[in-house]
Amino acid sequence: MDNEINILYFASLAESLGRDDEKFELQTPSIISSLQLKEQLATRGPEWKILLAPSTRCSVNLVISSDDTEIKPGDEVAFFPPVTGG
Amino acid sequence: MITIQKHDFDVAHEYQNLLQENTTGGVVIFSGLVRDFSEHHDHLTIQHYPNMTESVLEKIEAEAQQRWPLLETRIIHRVGKLSVNDQIVFVGVSSAHRKAAFSACEYMIDILKTQAPFWKKEGDEWVEAKDSDNDVADTWLKK
Repeated sequence: MDNEINILYFASLAESLGRDDEKFELQTPSIISSLQLKEQLATRGPEWKILLAPSTRCSVNLVISSDDTEIKPGDEVAFFPPVTGG
Repeated sequence: MITIQKHDFDVAHEYQNLLQENTTGGVVIFSGLVRDFSEHHDHLTIQHYPNMTESVLEKIEAEAQQRWPLLETRIIHRVGKLSVNDQIVFVGVSSAHRKAAFSACEYMIDILKTQAPFWKKEGDEWVEAKDSDNDVADTWLKK
């Protein structure tokens, strides 16, 4: 339980993955990069490959992340499509 | 100040709040509305990422305050179900001089459209992001 992160999904991404959020257990070593997390999730099935698409945005603790952003236990990660507000 | 809300806003009331006694030389406000986008749907739904939205909008306000000499700034964005002609977003800026107010207001809405985590759904179709919006935002970010 100590290695858990919270993952949120929004908009079209949440619909295509069939979920809004989940708890995810990090394997040891318990600090991974944003890219490593995406790659781990992408092994779940073809629909999860969307996480690796250049258009998919990822944030860590409310800040847009890059592929090398570190993710550690307790973090909140979110995946979402390009924004369309305003 | 920033607010995310389901209910409507009153432009006249927001305008009054932007005025600073004796120092305001100009106010520029932008309000965005739901236009008639489809023959098939008459409403849209706006989803957002709570907490991140506030954080991004606060950064946009702070950056505008850094770039231009402003008095007050105000951003309101509605979420939930909206109909054609409803107000969606309000950006207001007051300053001693008009040029700063015009530029800052345009900057804030342009950056909001490409960075704040809101998503529009027209009927049951998610709206696609526009490259033209990104180009406009990039122009500001290079300045």
